[in-house]
Amino acid sequence: MLKLLDTMEQARSEVKRVIQDKTLTHSQTVSALAKTAENLLPYPEGTPKEFSEMFDKGIICDLAEGHAPYAPRYILPDYEKFMRQGSKFLRLEPPSDLYEALNSLLIFYRHVPSVTHFPVFMGRIDRLLEPFIQHSDEARALIRGFLIHCDRTFTSSYCHMNLGPEDTKAGRIILDLEAELQHCVPNMTFRYDPTATPDDLAELAVKSALACANPAFAFDPMYVSDFGGEDYGIASCYNGLPIGGGAFSLSRIRLNRIAEQSDSMDDFFRNRLPRAADALCRFIEAKIRFIVEETPFFRSNFLAAEGFIDISRFAGLFGIVGLCECVNHLMKLQGKPAAFGSSEDANQLGVAVMECLQQEVGRFTSAYSAVWDNHFILHAQVGAENDEGVSPGARIAIGSEMPLYDHLRQAGLFHRFFPSGVGDIFPFDTTASRNHAAILDVFKGAFKVGMRYISTYAADSDLVRVTGYLAKRSDVAAYAGGSPALNDTVAGSVESFDKRGILSRKVRSI
Amino acid sequence: MITAPVNKIIDCSVVDGPGNTTAIFFQGCNFNCIYCHNPETINICRNCGSCASSCPTGAISTTPGEKEALWNESLCAGCDNCIKVCPHGSSPKIRNISVDEAVLRVAGNIPFIRGVTCSGGECTLQKEFIVPFFERVRALGLRTLLDSNGSLDFSLEPELMAVTDGVMLDVKSADPLIHLSLTGMSNSIVLKNIDFLAEQQKLIELRIVVADEPGFHSRETVDAVSRRLQASPNGRDAHFRIIAFRPFGVRKQFQSISPPSPRLLRELERIARGNGMKYVSIT
Ligand code: SF4
Ligand code: SF4
Repeated sequence: MLKLLDTMEQARSEVKRVIQDKTLTHSQTVSALAKTAENLLPYPEGTPKEFSEMFDKGIICDLAEGHAPYAPRYILPDYEKFMRQGSKFLRLEPPSDLYEALNSLLIFYRHVPSVTHFPVFMGRIDRLLEPFIQHSDEARALIRGFLIHCDRTFTSSYCHMNLGPEDTKAGRIILDLEAELQHCVPNMTFRYDPTATPDDLAELAVKSALACANPAFAFDPMYVSDFGGEDYGIASCYNGLPIGGGAFSLSRIRLNRIAEQSDSMDDFFRNRLPRAADALCRFIEAKIRFIVEETPFFRSNFLAAEGFIDISRFAGLFGIVGLCECVNHLMKLQGKPAAFGSSEDANQLGVAVMECLQQEVGRFTSAYSAVWDNHFILHAQVGAENDEGVSPGARIAIGSEMPLYDHLRQAGLFHRFFPSGVGDIFPFDTTASRNHAAILDVFKGAFKVGMRYISTYAADSDLVRVTGYLAKRSDVAAYAGGSPALNDTVAGSVESFDKRGILSRKVRSI
Repeated sequence: MITAPVNKIIDCSVVDGPGNTTAIFFQGCNFNCIYCHNPETINICRNCGSCASSCPTGAISTTPGEKEALWNESLCAGCDNCIKVCPHGSSPKIRNISVDEAVLRVAGNIPFIRGVTCSGGECTLQKEFIVPFFERVRALGLRTLLDSNGSLDFSLEPELMAVTDGVMLDVKSADPLIHLSLTGMSNSIVLKNIDFLAEQQKLIELRIVVADEPGFHSRETVDAVSRRLQASPNGRDAHFRIIAFRPFGVRKQFQSISPPSPRLLRELERIARGNGMKYVSIT
């Protein structure tokens, strides 16, 4: 939560602090000023009265989303429609060749709002470009320039492109370029479907992932079944959301804090968890109501006016962190070993926590979120500042990792709860680059045991997947040493590297 | 009950065949290669007792009258002192496992693996174990591979071949005398196996360890072996792997041999490709 600025004096000094912050680039300053202005407003009407108490106790966290959001948090425009019909507002005809297609996309991206002010979804890029690929050398050169443009202009690692599941020339060119370019942006997901993705293409994706941490792998059939079709996209970190829609707002609960404040299992399951879930649902609803009713976004923005998005395809996101620490605390309460991960008892308790939460969140009926039957979608949030000692989503704590197959099976217990985002990261030692098919075998197995999203990078890679997004070790080190960073995400990575042990993740040697 | 001495099992291996495999390393080899990276897998323990006193945790006991030293895995700290002091190219850390136990271990790794590779030591010394083991592993839908020095005449082993999907063959030299000097054994069966396995389409991979050291005769070996493959049916389809000698892990007297120069490796790759090998790699 951001400080509420009560007096004009406070507001002035905050504005001045932002303007004088020498670690910010110009656009970062502008964003911070906008946030300051937004937070002059109070939280929206309908914010539950227990919100601020729960916030202070660390139970609820709004991820500094802002008090008065004026656009949905994540927008996934229907780019295919844009390619078909162009845009009146942007005065763009449908593209007729690759150059026009890339140019139109770059223009469009610039006008897709989000919580970061960058486009968190940049489309199923291989599908978008495939009809325009004719000469692969020329295509490669054009796409290369396009990717460089994206990395240097959309300077947030939460901008996300999708590839697959089918084989395309465009997809192969991009996978090949990725390893060479070593970019943080965009984040990339390969949508893997064993019936549509040839092994050699998936192996090319593994090769790229080991070299530059991109792409991550999503198990397409599981998302297709959750979203009732293939009209979904992976945006931001790893968030599955409807294309032509997105997420209005995301806030989260820290399950560990709820457990810590519970006197007994009963208190946790019957009292504290339901109350927290209900309060957060009402808070998210208040935010959504504000966006829909009190801002002109859905009435005036060209994305809505031209049908690139539709309000009926947006949902509220209910995030969680700290399942691992929550379960360990509850185990201790019962005098049992606190070993989320290696203890079957603890894992089953974790499943019980998630089932209870799923039920509680399902109890709340939203006036919005039509795409999800007027409910909010669960999201295993990857963590934010001040999350020391809190593991992302449902992940096992770094340092308590288990042997690979056991770890994957354990993760597989939890992925079904989170249609809108969950994922685990497994760095491999450099031997893995000798046998991409082997890593693909491991991923295929992971999907069979219930996982929906998995990512990797090689132990010696400069690019690493921090929580869900990418950062370069070298950039983070330079920033920590005082140099400004082009990419907005670098600043947050410093804390993740220092306090959350991202670089101490168990490297899988095989 | 059939059992076999196992040095170690690697559940997730990317270097023992295409895709992800579980690799079982049996104890005991009938070759004695100068560049063996795991010399402690060569011989079966003789219960001589030398290692027991060097174990910091008392994990080894050598009872007179027993055939092998007794190793208490739960006490072992993994320091490998025992291996370093063993005068017989062995290790006390060997477990005799049954086919049931091995199958159970492998089954636990489904669905993450596509197959099982028996390695060593020399795995074919355990063929009585491998035949029933592979039969059951195959019934689980897994691929079965052998990683062998080629000393067993596979053409005389129809039972073993019937349950084996492929063989990865180590070839030390094409020349009988050089082979003798490198391994202590003749190579006539190894060469026969190259032809037989290639013809059966069961030669998955052929490996040659190379170095600049004149005693290795790497150019001659790569040339002769790749020519031989070129001449045999399907021989060009086998993965031709040139492995750079590394002093790491080899016995002291051979640690002074240096790894091959990049130039030599490139030259060897050219030779193999020139002789028609389709899939050549250097590791
Ligand atoms: S490796 Fe184990 S058995 Fe061998 S000396 Fe060390 S502790 Fe003892
Ligand atoms: S492992 Fe070696 S040193 Fe130890 S008892 Fe056996 S033969 Fe002797």
